[in-house]
Amino acid sequence: MIWNAFAIAVREIGRNLTRAFLTVLGIFIGVAAIITMVTLGQGATLAVKAQISSLGNNLLTLRPGAGFGSRASAAGTPHFTEKDAVIIEEQIAGIAAAAPVRTASLSTIYLQNARLSTVTGTTPIYFQINKWNLAEGRFFTDIDLRSGAAVCVIGPTVRKELFGTENPIGAKIRIGKASCEVIGLLVGKGQAGMFDQDDTIIMPLSALQRRMIGKTSSHDISQIAISAQDGVDSNVLITEITSLMRQRRNLQRNQDNNFNIFDTRQIAETLGATTQLMTMLLAAVAGVSLLVGGIGIMNIMLVSVTERTREIGIRLAIGATAGEVLLQFLVEAVTLSCVGGLLGMLLAFGLCAGLARLIQVPFNFNAQINLIAFLFAAAVGVLFGYAPARRAARLNPIDALRHE
Amino acid sequence: MNPPAVTPLIELHGLTKTYGVGDAAFQALKGIDLTIHRGEFVAIMGPSGSGKSTLMNVLGCLDTPTAGSYHYQGIAVESLDTNERSLLRRYALGFVFQGFNLLARTSSLDNVELPLLYRGVSRKERHEKAVAALTSVGLPTKLDSTPAELSGGQQQRVAIARAIVTEPSTLFADEPTGNLDSVTTGDVMELLTRLNLDRGITVLLVTHDDHVATFARRTVLIKDGLIESDVVRAGTPLRT
Ligand SMILES: Nc1ncnc2c1ncn2[C@@H]1O[C@H](COP(=O)(O)OP(=O)(O)O)[C@@H](O)[C@H]1O
Ligand SMILES: [Mg+2]
Repeated sequence: MIWNAFAIAVREIGRNLTRAFLTVLGIFIGVAAIITMVTLGQGATLAVKAQISSLGNNLLTLRPGAGFGSRASAAGTPHFTEKDAVIIEEQIAGIAAAAPVRTASLSTIYLQNARLSTVTGTTPIYFQINKWNLAEGRFFTDIDLRSGAAVCVIGPTVRKELFGTENPIGAKIRIGKASCEVIGLLVGKGQAGMFDQDDTIIMPLSALQRRMIGKTSSHDISQIAISAQDGVDSNVLITEITSLMRQRRNLQRNQDNNFNIFDTRQIAETLGATTQLMTMLLAAVAGVSLLVGGIGIMNIMLVSVTERTREIGIRLAIGATAGEVLLQFLVEAVTLSCVGGLLGMLLAFGLCAGLARLIQVPFNFNAQINLIAFLFAAAVGVLFGYAPARRAARLNPIDALRHE
Repeated sequence: MNPPAVTPLIELHGLTKTYGVGDAAFQALKGIDLTIHRGEFVAIMGPSGSGKSTLMNVLGCLDTPTAGSYHYQGIAVESLDTNERSLLRRYALGFVFQGFNLLARTSSLDNVELPLLYRGVSRKERHEKAVAALTSVGLPTKLDSTPAELSGGQQQRVAIARAIVTEPSTLFADEPTGNLDSVTTGDVMELLTRLNLDRGITVLLVTHDDHVATFARRTVLIKDGLIESDVVRAGTPLRT
């Protein structure tokens, strides 16, 4: 009987291809839209989180100036000293490491290639704090730091611009006034917003101070990169670092902080939450499109209800039982909905794969949203395909035949 | 000449049908007693609104009576549930409607195969029987035509083919020629007569065309929901 109903349903679909097409189309678009939006939204969230966490784990950055968007500008406020970094690391519990950072924008030259690069002078622990990995060569060591060796580690962008495909390890490049040997190549982290993290040259702080620019003052440290130990509350650390630095900078009670602390984890959480919100918004939009698709299906079904009611009357008059007629309609609705749903899932898969590459977010197949969208669409299709049939099949055959 | 004591095909006692309830209630059948035997060809006549269609629909189990008894081959139809009535239609009854009631956008062949599909007949046998039925109504060349591609007379003949393909014991035809011109009316009536004579199918025919009624050997006249006369034409004995 089920097979029979299936055969009849398939004949009926074949006979009303326009209606079948419109039903399938409504579900198809709804399903494809909701899956694509949610999948891409989640991909974007992941991408943002990955980028933020590539900046460094539990990373706090101590910077001069009253802070982002504040009236007091960073210019004119004193920078930090190397001692500050040492004291912070020693005196505050819960800190894994602190590295003094001095940056300078210097011309770099290798053979005919010249460009302006951001050069960072720091201590070896900096690589760990900022989660840099080596692609080739080695990092510089404490020995290099103490001797002020003219060595540097470069990011992939610098390598590409200066060396092209040539192996940079062991090559000497000119940075500012001095020559410097490339000893390591970093694994790229990619863009962080507008800013290319991979466009970097990192060398021992002592080398940068002495050879490249010449030490001018003890307050020449523009940033201190600090990593917290796992599980330590960064807010507590920020409070402690703040009071320590106020004391070291001789700030009076009535004076504002002339430094600020940038907390990567907090930013990551904020951005993560924002993209999450975006995902939910997109999902809501997609849900509406699915609903509209559902209403479209309902309309098609309702428009054909007169014709279908008479059809049911004919079938009943010929000797079909109400059960057989309902089974046929159910099979019809389920078949159309499933075909639409499956096609929608296929399209969504293609769209997600293509768009994810285009906007450079990771594409993870999300089985859950596929299932939800499919089930919802199928439910809509079945409900609106089946409900009118249910009403009609309850009628006397003659009343169904007379339906106008 | 007394008919032998066999179970009548159709036996009605005090059958009534009321449409609507309360003030809007309208009694379309007011107590019909009628006995019809296997092999008869009965014309039901009467003015418009007298209850002919109502009677046919009740007899054909397309509608349920309000009161009274209806036995089909000795079976009390009132005691059957919806499903059982469907099965009775499927295995014993055939219908031809004034408005044809064919499935739209569906070939003649598929329309005629439809009742066989519900009987679970195999694909091959379905095809053979449908072709035979369409041939017997004179449409062997219109197997693949949809109703829209056929004239009224042709559509009615497809409907008749659909009704007889299951070899029902009774064929109900409610004004089958009502929408047809006189030539096609003649064709359809000849077809019905042949089915009655050659295959022994009992035919109940509603018409208000006197000429059409002459094809039948028995004429039942209905007025205002009651039988006014029931005449068997001389010289044509009842088959039993
Ligand atoms: N579904 C219905 N609801 C209410 N009244 C009906 C319905 N069908 C028929 N009638 C009424 O019952 C009477 C008999 O109708 P019908 O059997 O169709 O007459 P006939 O076929 O003899 O012209 C008419 O007065 C008609 O108005
Ligand atoms: Mg009538």
